[in-house]
Amino acid sequence: MLVVDDNKVNRLLLARGLQELGHSITFAENGREALDTMRRESFDLVVLDIMMPELDGYQVLEKIMMDSDLRDIPVIVVSAMDELDSVVKCIEMGAEDYLSKPLNPVLLKARIGACLEKKWLRDQQRELISKFATSEVAEDLLATGFSLGGKYVEASAMFSDIRGFTTISESQSPEDTIELLNTYYTLMFDAITGHEGVVNQIVGDGLMAIFGAPASNPDHATCAVQAALEMVELVDLFNQEQAGQGKLQLQIGVGVATGQVIAGYTGTQNRATYTCVGDAVNVAARLEAHTKSAGHPILIDENTHLGLNGIITDDDLGLVDIKGKTDKVRVFAIPVPSITASN
Amino acid sequence: MTDPTIDPGTLEALASTTDAQFVHELIDTFLDDAPSLLENLETALSAGDAETFRRAAHSLKSNGASLGAMPFSTSAKALEMIGKSGDLTGAADKVEQLQAEFKEVMKALRDYKDET
Repeated sequence: MLVVDDNKVNRLLLARGLQELGHSITFAENGREALDTMRRESFDLVVLDIMMPELDGYQVLEKIMMDSDLRDIPVIVVSAMDELDSVVKCIEMGAEDYLSKPLNPVLLKARIGACLEKKWLRDQQRELISKFATSEVAEDLLATGFSLGGKYVEASAMFSDIRGFTTISESQSPEDTIELLNTYYTLMFDAITGHEGVVNQIVGDGLMAIFGAPASNPDHATCAVQAALEMVELVDLFNQEQAGQGKLQLQIGVGVATGQVIAGYTGTQNRATYTCVGDAVNVAARLEAHTKSAGHPILIDENTHLGLNGIITDDDLGLVDIKGKTDKVRVFAIPVPSITASN
Repeated sequence: MTDPTIDPGTLEALASTTDAQFVHELIDTFLDDAPSLLENLETALSAGDAETFRRAAHSLKSNGASLGAMPFSTSAKALEMIGKSGDLTGAADKVEQLQAEFKEVMKALRDYKDET
């Protein structure tokens, strides 16, 4: 904890009050010293007197808020009773709370406790959200708050799953199956996030990813296809390792389709997921399912083909019947380097 | 009825949440610091520096209140307001008065220390 006050009596009072609460304290006698110290060491909380020579509390706060390393540290401003307008200014600038002089130890304890708890909760929240969402979705969520509903975006949707997964899981112990799945996920996540995609759903061995939302990306089609190529390559390498150990190998199928989708949170207020809805999503899923009969691991739709703009070569497979669509869909296959033989 | 120089309630409350030794330390710190703050007041007054004047008065007000020296604190507050206004004319008398009050505060605090 950092205590900033140019007045020795106050520093003494604060030190005593805070030490009673079991915190370790560092002192600064003015604003400049405070900022230097904050940049050198990390603190859980800063108690800042408003009235100080050179740089007053308000100016220190301003500088803290401008520094991305410092702005998340909670600041409690301390003021005299007749300085409430300064306090208001500080709170608007971003101070967490205030205390007035003379300092009351009970209030001190309560305010500091509340502040630290809030910070802890915020850190926990950020960490938790990041476990269940990508950092992009987490930041978006923390910044804009959660609301059901979505917006239209141009994006590429990707589906991928493991061929014959049910059979595989039946031939192994549950532990081995989960281990296999987790290895597969790690590889797939790497490939997808490495190309600016966001994995937004995992259902069994099936994966759904979005390119172009929540953060917009004009090259979403190319990124999606590049990710797909890397996914296939990673599985190939994995298979070589597995073969070396006499363990079973995987085959995956990937479908990518592009178009206007609605991206956002769907579900209820209590349980929701960030996802995409739209024709492109359905087509991507169907394309993925079609990879088996097509004999190609990566299939894309015409919009994705157009989005590639020739950067990646593809083979026109012509018009194909797709479940759920009355009209045939023009499908393209992305050639992959020769894969270990599959059946 | 005028307020006592030192409000015993303030010091007692402080002693109960900390201890007698701490209160003594606080008193010592205050008595150490106050003279230079009072000097700052004088210097700032001669220099016409309202901002420094104001800050010195502010600290004296704040510390006075922390130690229960209410009348002293109130006088310091008046000086702070003068400093805030930016116009230090006529403050000289009040500064002298504050210095006199400080001597009383000093005596009262030393008596308190002797008794506790």
